[in-house]
Amino acid sequence: MTSATQQRPIADGLFTWPAGSPALLGSRCQTCDKVAFPAQGSCTACCSTDVKVEELPARGKLWTYTIQRFMPKSPYNSGETQETFKPYGVGYVELPGALCVEGRLTESDPEKLKIGMDMDVIFYPYRNEADGTEVISFAFQPVA
Amino acid sequence: MDVAIVGIGMHPFGRTPALTGLQQGAYAAREALKDAGAQWSDMQFAYGGSASSGSADALVNELGLTGLPFTNVANGCATGGSSLMSAYNAVKSGEFDVGMVVGFDKHDRGAFNADPKALGLPEWYGEVGMMMTTQFFAMKITKYMHDFGITNDGLARVSEKAFINGAMNPNAWRRNPIGLEEIQNGMMVSDPLTKYMFCSPSEGGVALIVCRADQVSRYTDKPVFIKGAALRSRRYGSFEVFAPSQALEQVPGPTVDASKAVFEMAGMGPKDIDVAQLQDTEAGAEIMHMAENGFCEDGEQEHMLANGETRVDGRLPVNTDGGCIANGEPIGASGLRQIHENVVQLRGQGGERQVPGDPKVGYTHVYGAPGISAVTILQR
Ligand SMILES: [Zn+2]
Repeated sequence: MTSATQQRPIADGLFTWPAGSPALLGSRCQTCDKVAFPAQGSCTACCSTDVKVEELPARGKLWTYTIQRFMPKSPYNSGETQETFKPYGVGYVELPGALCVEGRLTESDPEKLKIGMDMDVIFYPYRNEADGTEVISFAFQPVA
Repeated sequence: MDVAIVGIGMHPFGRTPALTGLQQGAYAAREALKDAGAQWSDMQFAYGGSASSGSADALVNELGLTGLPFTNVANGCATGGSSLMSAYNAVKSGEFDVGMVVGFDKHDRGAFNADPKALGLPEWYGEVGMMMTTQFFAMKITKYMHDFGITNDGLARVSEKAFINGAMNPNAWRRNPIGLEEIQNGMMVSDPLTKYMFCSPSEGGVALIVCRADQVSRYTDKPVFIKGAALRSRRYGSFEVFAPSQALEQVPGPTVDASKAVFEMAGMGPKDIDVAQLQDTEAGAEIMHMAENGFCEDGEQEHMLANGETRVDGRLPVNTDGGCIANGEPIGASGLRQIHENVVQLRGQGGERQVPGDPKVGYTHVYGAPGISAVTILQR
């Protein structure tokens, strides 16, 4: 018996899903034009509640980064164990005309990361649930 | 009404399995009363804080049920600074003559466990592994090093100094000097910061007696006056811990705002400061906080550290008691430890680690999640 793998996004409203080419979702304040991520119902810059959800750019520049060397305690939930844990990169990527978004990086070798380098957002299976459902999250990947 | 600190007490920081956090707070309170020659029943009010050792006002069960108004303060890493500011305002207003500020804590080993919901953050943020204060500090210093030319040697020198100072402080947790190379080769926690560059959760208690200036002679011949105290939170655009996103245009953080306010309040500038205790959650924080508090330009820290300018015998001694790196961080007590150390230094009671030249003015600074900062200026 075969069946297509079930997938679900890690959170609703975080990015467009399912979609041909998914995108992160932010909210732009209609009063002061500032963008928030994740999308929220009010503006952290000016207190306005007049906001519109929009897709964020898919490519940006690495603003800063680090490597997480040890496995975080709960609420970390990746399906890894102490034995299978792999260090991962975390960084902020400056998305032009929007804001800097924090995300995991697909690269975990600090020698291969440079502030200012081009990064693309990608969507990938982050972990599997007990019934085999793939939980989809986002990350940033250096542009080849 | 001017306000002075007339008594200080401390339970050593570190690990004390035999005592609860509350008991360490009571110990500090008794020491402070002894130092001021005062009785608990003399205290007209108290402000206190503890993040994980219960309500601070439970101290009355240890010290005595005198009926005093005891207010619990909970403001994250700025709890101590906020307590002191509340006490300062209570006396300055003329409402009270003398009272106590106290903070204590006892945390589990390992990194602080953060709960996304409690901080208004989405669950996924923690699930994917971004709910780590250590990552924030590493990313902030990575960008700062890139922008202003600070090196790994600079980071290691901050830790080296912390352990040297801790070794001279009988109340410190880490009391052994650690060499530059060992610091740099220590286990990497979050690049570029090794385990010797971070402070850890710990235990301890600190208490202070504050008093109106015209009554200090009842308690001490070495009063230290509070010339200013300020607390600020983050503005839109400042880069802070636990932020899923960050505005494109960065604005100065709460430390910069609080620092400007306190210097204005005291009618002083950074050049007037003889000794400073700056939040060193990790080595990079001390470096950035030197500039954010106005003690140097961005990037100058590299040669200041290389020249030993922030050592006990340097031009601007920083974290003379070993700071958070050598003392660990019991959240409720950490900010008050800084005040305690400045009072020790301004009284000339620093022993081996005494800043030479009779320091007259001391500065303290705390910074913590989710983007708050408290600063004070003390003068003898
Ligand atoms: Zn707005």
